[in-house]
Amino acid sequence: MAAVMTETLPAPAVPAGRPGGSRAWEVIRAGAWRWVVFLLAAIFFLLPLVASFEFSLRDPHGGYSLASYRQFTKMPGFGSALWLSVKLALMAVGITLALLVPTVTLVHLRLPWLRRVVETLTVLPLVIPPIVLVVGVLGAFSSYGPAWLLSSPVNLGFEYVVLALPFAYRSLDAGIGAIDLRTLVEASRSLGGNWATELFRVVLPNLRTAVLGAAVMTVALVLGEFAMASVLLWVTFPVWVVSVAQTQAGVSVAVSMISLLLTWVLLMLLITLGGRRGRQANILGGF
Amino acid sequence: MSSLDAQAPSGPDSPQASTGAGAGDRPGTAAPAPDGAAPAGAAVELGARPLARVAQRVGRALPGAMRRDGLALLGTLPFFAYTLIFLGFPTLAVTIDSFKTDDGTWTLGNIRTTFEGLYRTAFLNSIEVSLLTAAIGVVFGGLLAQAVLTTRRNTWLRRIVTTASGVFANFGGVPLAFAFIATLGTTGLATRWLGDIGLKLSSTGFSLYTFSGVVVVYTYFQVPLMVLTITPALEGLRPQWREAAQGLGASAWSFWRHVGLPVLFPSIAGSFLLLFGSSFAAYATAQALTAGTVSLVPIKIGNLVSGNVIAGSQNVGKALGFEMILVIAIVMVGYVLLTRRASRWLR
Repeated sequence: MAAVMTETLPAPAVPAGRPGGSRAWEVIRAGAWRWVVFLLAAIFFLLPLVASFEFSLRDPHGGYSLASYRQFTKMPGFGSALWLSVKLALMAVGITLALLVPTVTLVHLRLPWLRRVVETLTVLPLVIPPIVLVVGVLGAFSSYGPAWLLSSPVNLGFEYVVLALPFAYRSLDAGIGAIDLRTLVEASRSLGGNWATELFRVVLPNLRTAVLGAAVMTVALVLGEFAMASVLLWVTFPVWVVSVAQTQAGVSVAVSMISLLLTWVLLMLLITLGGRRGRQANILGGF
Repeated sequence: MSSLDAQAPSGPDSPQASTGAGAGDRPGTAAPAPDGAAPAGAAVELGARPLARVAQRVGRALPGAMRRDGLALLGTLPFFAYTLIFLGFPTLAVTIDSFKTDDGTWTLGNIRTTFEGLYRTAFLNSIEVSLLTAAIGVVFGGLLAQAVLTTRRNTWLRRIVTTASGVFANFGGVPLAFAFIATLGTTGLATRWLGDIGLKLSSTGFSLYTFSGVVVVYTYFQVPLMVLTITPALEGLRPQWREAAQGLGASAWSFWRHVGLPVLFPSIAGSFLLLFGSSFAAYATAQALTAGTVSLVPIKIGNLVSGNVIAGSQNVGKALGFEMILVIAIVMVGYVLLTRRASRWLR
């Protein structure tokens, strides 16, 4: 009993002994560490962007000018590289959606026991780095695949679908989880709809945001992918940017600034859209 | 022999009702069991009961599901076929080829080579970079996430940090490398500023194009990735726990020491593994930054595949790739287990 008394006595004494000023000091101190963290983060994350912008404005002949920004569209290979990347992005988006929307819908509606399997499969591309996957692609399709597969960039588009799987699947899965799909589909059935009506007039319209999210993620990924394209020797946009850097650093920084801005606008759009739908905000990092 | 057989069908039936077929957790399954399942269960009954139970359950569920969902299964076929061809097939090729010589005979030589000399250094470097950047990411990302969460809800600051984290975590590869070349490269902005105040960056031993540079650059996507992955866990820390701790006289430090961090530990460890994996697998950033000179496993693989190496080492690249897959697979399994553990407290 005495032990308990000595243990408990000082405890109420401490908060009582603390004047109001100490609490205010604590609040300031709590605020202070926060602002230090914010300041450091702001410097670390914004400085490279500022520096890139400054670098891209440097004129080769001294001083500053917009020369790099004016120059890059006239550089050899710019148009074809960008066009190749855009074509690959469209191809990857098309295949990704055509593959995943029916699969995710079926798994949610009819095959819940298969969900774990599909989920695991879609995580695998995160386990197998693109640089390793491309080694496998070279090994597998050079000896066993049809010859045209490796001699055309189509192969790259096929593999980009695989790289996009984790993100696209998560976006669609979250989107479908957020709506009461079963009820909607049952309603459509009872009104005499068939599976096509189901897919195109019930599922897809309700998944607009998720589908858009999956598409944007895929596009962003394809436009920025470097490892596979460079190993397979296709001059996509990022590969072109790196090759330019060897002769004209200013131009390559200018171009990557622009591509960065475009990608960010896309991603910002996606996050703002996702934020409105609540759950989907975590598709970017929530794997 | 025949007497034993005759006894068997009636004998194990009664213990099966109590122990087999998940009678404990799923009482319904014992009754509608198809006739075919019983002998199969009885045969292995004596040996391994849990195994029999699993086999029975799967055996019963699978054909039923197949019958019911045949058409639906057919609809998922394109997805499975696609992943098999474009993911499974290349992965299999990497795995098999890493155990073969260039002539196609089986060997362990490739694997042995990857544990020697240059490749060994590359592996150690890769692991070191990943551990270091993951640790930096966890500490600063965790602090940043907590700093954001202590601000009021729905302020512009909060929105900016959340959105920017999503964007920066996906900011990798070529543009990131160039941004840092423009910052900390030989003529970079920060390099010049530091030079103006009399600090020569090159004299500090730091160089953007080596190990130290790669660490700094990777931090750029690791910190936001940590913010994204840890924020839900931090949000799950109930304010009541903190109030309870304060009511008992705990300081902020002792709250984190005895309540916050232990509860968060699985989430933090999981995030660490995720960050480790993301930096271990990164290729484009390091390649664009150092033009393939830094000694990291992905860079070595890229160099080996690009062909400018000695003949006969084609499959060494695949062996390196196979080992990378193994490392990341282990890390990811750890991540999944830890997040499952974390969800116990944080709901």
